[in-house]
Amino acid sequence: MSELLKVPTMAEFMAAGKQPEVLFWVGCAGSFDDRAKKITKAFVKLLNKANVEFTVLGTEESCTGDPAKRAGNEFLFQMQAVTNIEVMNAYEVKKIVTSCPHCFNTIKNEYPGLGGNYEVMHHTQFLKTLLADNRLTIEGGKFKGKRITFHDPCYLGRANNVYEAPRDLIRKLDAELVEMKSCKSRGLCCGAGGAQMFKDAEPGNKEVNVERTEQAIEVKPQIIAAGCPFCNTMMTDGVKNKEKEGDIEVMDIAELIANAQDL
Amino acid sequence: MGILPQIIFAIALFIGLGYFANNVRKLRRNIKLGQDVDTSDDKPQRWKNMAKIALGQSKMVVRPIAGFLHIIVYVGFVIINIEVLEIIIDGLIGTHRIFSGAGEIYDILIGTFELLAFAVLVSVVVFWIRRNVIKLKRFMSSEMKGWPKSDGNIILYFEVVLMCLFLTMNGADLQLQLNGAEGYHTAGSFPISQWLLPIFDGLSNATLIIIERAAWWMHILGILAFLNYLYFSKHLHILLAFPNTFYGNLKPKGQFSNLEAVTTEVMMMMDPNADPFAAAPEGTEDEVPAKFGASDVQDLSWVNLLNAYTCTECGRCTSECPANQTGKKLSPRKIMMDTRDRLVEVGKNIDANKGVFNDDGKQLLGDYITNEELWACTSCNACVEACPVSIDPLNIIMQMRQYLVMEQSAAPMELNNMMTNIENNGAPWPYNQMDRLNWKDEN
Repeated sequence: MSELLKVPTMAEFMAAGKQPEVLFWVGCAGSFDDRAKKITKAFVKLLNKANVEFTVLGTEESCTGDPAKRAGNEFLFQMQAVTNIEVMNAYEVKKIVTSCPHCFNTIKNEYPGLGGNYEVMHHTQFLKTLLADNRLTIEGGKFKGKRITFHDPCYLGRANNVYEAPRDLIRKLDAELVEMKSCKSRGLCCGAGGAQMFKDAEPGNKEVNVERTEQAIEVKPQIIAAGCPFCNTMMTDGVKNKEKEGDIEVMDIAELIANAQDL
Repeated sequence: MGILPQIIFAIALFIGLGYFANNVRKLRRNIKLGQDVDTSDDKPQRWKNMAKIALGQSKMVVRPIAGFLHIIVYVGFVIINIEVLEIIIDGLIGTHRIFSGAGEIYDILIGTFELLAFAVLVSVVVFWIRRNVIKLKRFMSSEMKGWPKSDGNIILYFEVVLMCLFLTMNGADLQLQLNGAEGYHTAGSFPISQWLLPIFDGLSNATLIIIERAAWWMHILGILAFLNYLYFSKHLHILLAFPNTFYGNLKPKGQFSNLEAVTTEVMMMMDPNADPFAAAPEGTEDEVPAKFGASDVQDLSWVNLLNAYTCTECGRCTSECPANQTGKKLSPRKIMMDTRDRLVEVGKNIDANKGVFNDDGKQLLGDYITNEELWACTSCNACVEACPVSIDPLNIIMQMRQYLVMEQSAAPMELNNMMTNIENNGAPWPYNQMDRLNWKDEN
């Protein structure tokens, strides 16, 4: 399968004198984390299917600096940001899509002040435009009628008020979308944000991801849909912690759509 | 009696308002101890936010029960203050119910005040029950012990007493009107206090006048006392909610501002033509280098400090906080309360030292807020979203993390590893940047 993936780099496009329609910002998780790489590939399959002329930065991509900034290291963040901006401005990047809400938020909101002005979309928003332009169709396939609950990533939802794009896509699968008791603007964090992903939690009586997974289990879903590689990890761990991995799958929206069509 | 009551009234009013004005001056000074931030952008949106969030209570009703009861008390408070205006005019020029010339409108007004006063009484009793009988979880946190708990109840007692005095005054007045007592002309309608008539029936006019006057005096003196209590209380939100929502953040919640001092340095490092040995620009040689992040209240912005004075300790932030829900020490409400407590301490220090802050060896970080609290935050913005008056505890947490990391290198070890990885290979994990596209060819 994988040899069918077309993933041109920005450098290749530049050499051929072409400008891509959009730059796919893969992100560190999407590049290196085994679980997140599957999301990356699923999204690329959809881009290929819709004949989107996209590129990636490949080895020229570097961490946006989000975890450094949230950990308090403004210096490291700005070094990362300025370096990335230099690369992207040299390629005259106009439009960026990313499957990571943290990259999305940082590039969209924090790069403009440092000279990086781009149109930035989360992959769920981008998929919705492909759908609206009839470049991509969504079939329910094996997810038809399944109970799916969506876990709002903080950096997509509260941070940037994107609540509907992922939900619209789930509805297109002819699935039964069920909401957890805290959702949308009151959605509970998965516990990974603010650089928590990279450290142990402070002493408490429960892990945040377990609390959130319990909220999800309450609505008896067959699938917990996520829109963030870090949320995905946290929810997957939560489901394992509750020994529910036989009943509940944690999947990114891009994976749902790609798998529904057996891509 | 003659003019004596008027003189006493004028003196009481002068002292009450004067003391309040003096405290407002201190409040402004304390808030201005914070760093300057530009809030001159998008004024129309700021006015809109104030109208919607503070005046319109739009975020209060997210929790319907508390929201509904709060709107009653809020509307009651605002409207019944028209009556206070009448009391002040009567008190100063020695008239009785000066607005009663408005006839039917006056009847409607007084009737409305009475109905509202009763509704406020009921709401306040429910509030008291929620705090003291039902013991809602968010009122029982560790930071709510001692003064904050008493403060919450004192405010409720104040409101009960004021409303009861208002209704007693009206009831006695009505009885005097019915008795045809001199000076008590027929005015107003009394849908609530008429039920008090059986108590007053049979009392002499002289006794009734004493009751009516006593209630009148205690009511207005009580209001002046309450006004002056605000400065020492979490109840300041009734005033500060308005400027606080006006100056609230307009940017997307996920956007954390970029530190300018850092940008200057980063740009210099990235500039191939920059001379690292160049002398500082003219006139800046003696400047102390900017401190990165915040360790005390003076390092925070004045909006952060206004936030701290505005917080009424409702705890909606803390009840939505993922760290707090899972038993961590972090409570966004405590961050705000600590900031205010420290600011008040700094303010008193300045008062005691003739207008200059005398280093007391204490600071917000460590003496009030611990590292453990700061590192428990997931930066999820749930606290910011939950606040009914646009307070941003997350902003303070992030500034203090900046201080810990950039001034003290005091990040938890795992975070230091993460940051070293980013520095060395452009990812939070130890993977080679050259392997970034390997996923494409993996199965």
